[in-house]
Amino acid sequence: MAGDASGVKAALEASAGDAHAKQNRALWLRAGGALAALVVVVVAINYFSHGSFLTAVNLTNVLRQITYNAILAIGQTFVIVTAGIDLSVGSLIELTGVVMAGFANAVPFGGPGLVVATLLVGLAVGCTAGLINALPVVKLNLPPFITTLAMMLMARGLAFKLAHGRPIAVNSNAFDGMGTGFLFEGLLRPLGLPGIPVAVLWMAVLVAVFAIVLTRTRFGRYVFAIGGNEEAARLAGINVGLVKTMVYVISGGCAAVAGLLLMARFQSGSPNTGIGSELQSIAAVVVGGTSLMGGRGSVVSTFFGALLIGLLNNVMNLLGIESYTQDIVLGAVILIAVIVDELRKRYLRA
Amino acid sequence: MNGIVKTFPGVRALDGVSFDVRAGEVHALVGENGAGKSTLMKVLAGAYRADAGSVEIDGTAVVVDGPRAAEALGIGMIYQEFNLVPDLRVVDNILLGHEPVRGAFLDGKAALERAAGVLAELGIILPLAAPARRLTVAQQQMTEIAKALVRKARLIVMDEPTAALTEREIDALFALITKLKAQGVAFVYISHRLEELPRISDRITVIRDGKTIATHATRELPQEEMIRLMVGRPVDAHFPELPPVAPDAPVVLRVNGLRAAGGVAVDGVSFEVRAGEIVGLAGLVGAGRTDIVRAIAGADVPTAGEIDVAGRRVAVRGPHDAIAAGIALITEDRKGQGLVLGMSVRENTTLAHLEDYAPRGFIDRKAESGITSEEIAELRIRTPNGEQTVRNLSGGNQQKVVLAKWLIGDAKVYLFDEPTRGIDVGAKAEIYGLMLALLERGVGIVMVSSELPEVLGMSHRVLVVREGRVRAEFARADATPDRVIAVAAGVAA
Repeated sequence: MAGDASGVKAALEASAGDAHAKQNRALWLRAGGALAALVVVVVAINYFSHGSFLTAVNLTNVLRQITYNAILAIGQTFVIVTAGIDLSVGSLIELTGVVMAGFANAVPFGGPGLVVATLLVGLAVGCTAGLINALPVVKLNLPPFITTLAMMLMARGLAFKLAHGRPIAVNSNAFDGMGTGFLFEGLLRPLGLPGIPVAVLWMAVLVAVFAIVLTRTRFGRYVFAIGGNEEAARLAGINVGLVKTMVYVISGGCAAVAGLLLMARFQSGSPNTGIGSELQSIAAVVVGGTSLMGGRGSVVSTFFGALLIGLLNNVMNLLGIESYTQDIVLGAVILIAVIVDELRKRYLRA
Repeated sequence: MNGIVKTFPGVRALDGVSFDVRAGEVHALVGENGAGKSTLMKVLAGAYRADAGSVEIDGTAVVVDGPRAAEALGIGMIYQEFNLVPDLRVVDNILLGHEPVRGAFLDGKAALERAAGVLAELGIILPLAAPARRLTVAQQQMTEIAKALVRKARLIVMDEPTAALTEREIDALFALITKLKAQGVAFVYISHRLEELPRISDRITVIRDGKTIATHATRELPQEEMIRLMVGRPVDAHFPELPPVAPDAPVVLRVNGLRAAGGVAVDGVSFEVRAGEIVGLAGLVGAGRTDIVRAIAGADVPTAGEIDVAGRRVAVRGPHDAIAAGIALITEDRKGQGLVLGMSVRENTTLAHLEDYAPRGFIDRKAESGITSEEIAELRIRTPNGEQTVRNLSGGNQQKVVLAKWLIGDAKVYLFDEPTRGIDVGAKAEIYGLMLALLERGVGIVMVSSELPEVLGMSHRVLVVREGRVRAEFARADATPDRVIAVAAGVAA
């Protein structure tokens, strides 16, 4: 009997391995198909934009442009996987940006110490806002749509008040590297490449770290479990309130980092740079294939969602398409992306 | 239905099922979990499309390609989990999609008359103006039947209709079915309660592994033979011998003066469970049995009273405290409370004890897969592997995943709430065997069950609950059905 059981076990493990292999194959097959389609589209775009699309400088620019949205969308992914939503992140970019600019101007020191101190101040503001978003959701079971909508209004109003309605210029030059600097410039310039923007590196590190947190840690598993079946998660002894609070805090923290990068880029903290950003971040998450119903999603997919939207904007700019038309196209692309995703899932299920 | 075939990725759920139903007949469909009953029903309802085979009504082949088509063909489905809109009034639920109108506006008066007419025809009384959420389970079922009749259903398919009903409610249901039969309505009746089939069904079709095994007139098919056909091998349908509790066995669970405000208020409950002992909680539906075990497990937080596990006081402020103290609650509602359906078998198995498989917060997938494979083998969970999404498993196998989740934690006290509801005889025997194996580990078990034979057959002691309190305690030898029912119904002590 015992021998029988261990035989079954070995077979099961082999079968699980098979399943993994099959999954991997399916993934590569899909990725391969997508890649082929991408190559065709890219070549066509490059032709119509007279060769200005497929240049290292342009592609580097796209990566830098999506940095802020991608970072916001990381936090948004965590929130949406728990079947929540965070509408406050756009305003929090502004509030943290204004507070950080004010702080940087008020303290007497500069250099890397100032950057670290400013980041910590921004994180404190962003995470506190996330905490305030979460508490009514966790304690009173209020819908996050409402609490984060309220925070969106309050944070924007506060940012305007603190900044007296105008951008606060940053006096220190400590943030120049972060805003406009490149890494490996000496190495890559001779090859005709512009180097890697510092902000892009920030994004890459955050995507990698939070992808690991979501897929490999206990916390990440709990985020999925709560999104999939909150009551089952609670009865399994999971501290649902704490996990949910944490996802809103992470989202607020991501907004603070995006706020810092934006402030460094424009040498100022401005109270109106984040308008619409919350919807852009939700779009990136959804285009990345994460379900608004919760329980499913991935940080890496979200990054590709943000990249797709960024590329689309860039291409339309290069082709000289006017901005109103751009909005129409972008909206249509989001709709098509979610429809295709849903059809694909149905196909896989049947 | 003729030669129906339906396959899912990795599973051939239906492999040529054929059966027929005559007007005015109750045709029972029996089979183990995973035999294909639910899938067959969904094909008939138009929720799934069959890969091969045909459905004929009155000798004409028909295509059932959705719920609307099923309705037009006169097929009414009554699922185990009802499909009522909880906030709508009963009358609105009955007439949902068939509201009488005057011009562009709803005609409320005509609606009430129409619904009342259907109820009168059925000879039942329902609070038409009350929201559906206030109905008892039996009343919800009656509402579903009324709904089917409004749609002029000539064939009504019922899945486990008696699973949540009391004896008296079952009598009422059977009377209603008999009445409709006389009017020519045909029934497909799916049930695990084999003992009720002689009372209600005319013919029985046995399904096993997605195939039709046999169709017999009910009176020509004795129960033992039916079970043999279902499992493909003879099974002892009776309860296993319970090992005696050692006289010096320590008390593993002591509950004193427990109070909690759940669905039914727990009103000062005290009892003890010793190592190697099964204590059964008997009582009518709504007596508060589930609320007692939920309070012990922290699912509802107790407002007063003491809980000791193995001699240590436990402050239960939530499920986490109870789990840490060694209390495991296997809930009755596996889809709503037991499982994350979108997650894999592996992820569900380790969910309640993830700290053991995630040293320093990072999940050790190898260890996870290892324990999952062990549990799949030990519990004989029918799944291709641990990566299968739980949603794709049959009910009995889902229940086994819930068990696996709590077995890996080595709890001291297991609280089973309706452990065998809606699962077949073969799986029942396996779960009883599992409970005995747990007793050997020295755990204590509390079992809530609405099936009286199960409580009496699988408990060392029986506590009878009524209105949130323990009203009587019987040793196994003294616990006779009439005594227990008398207390449960409030006729005796």
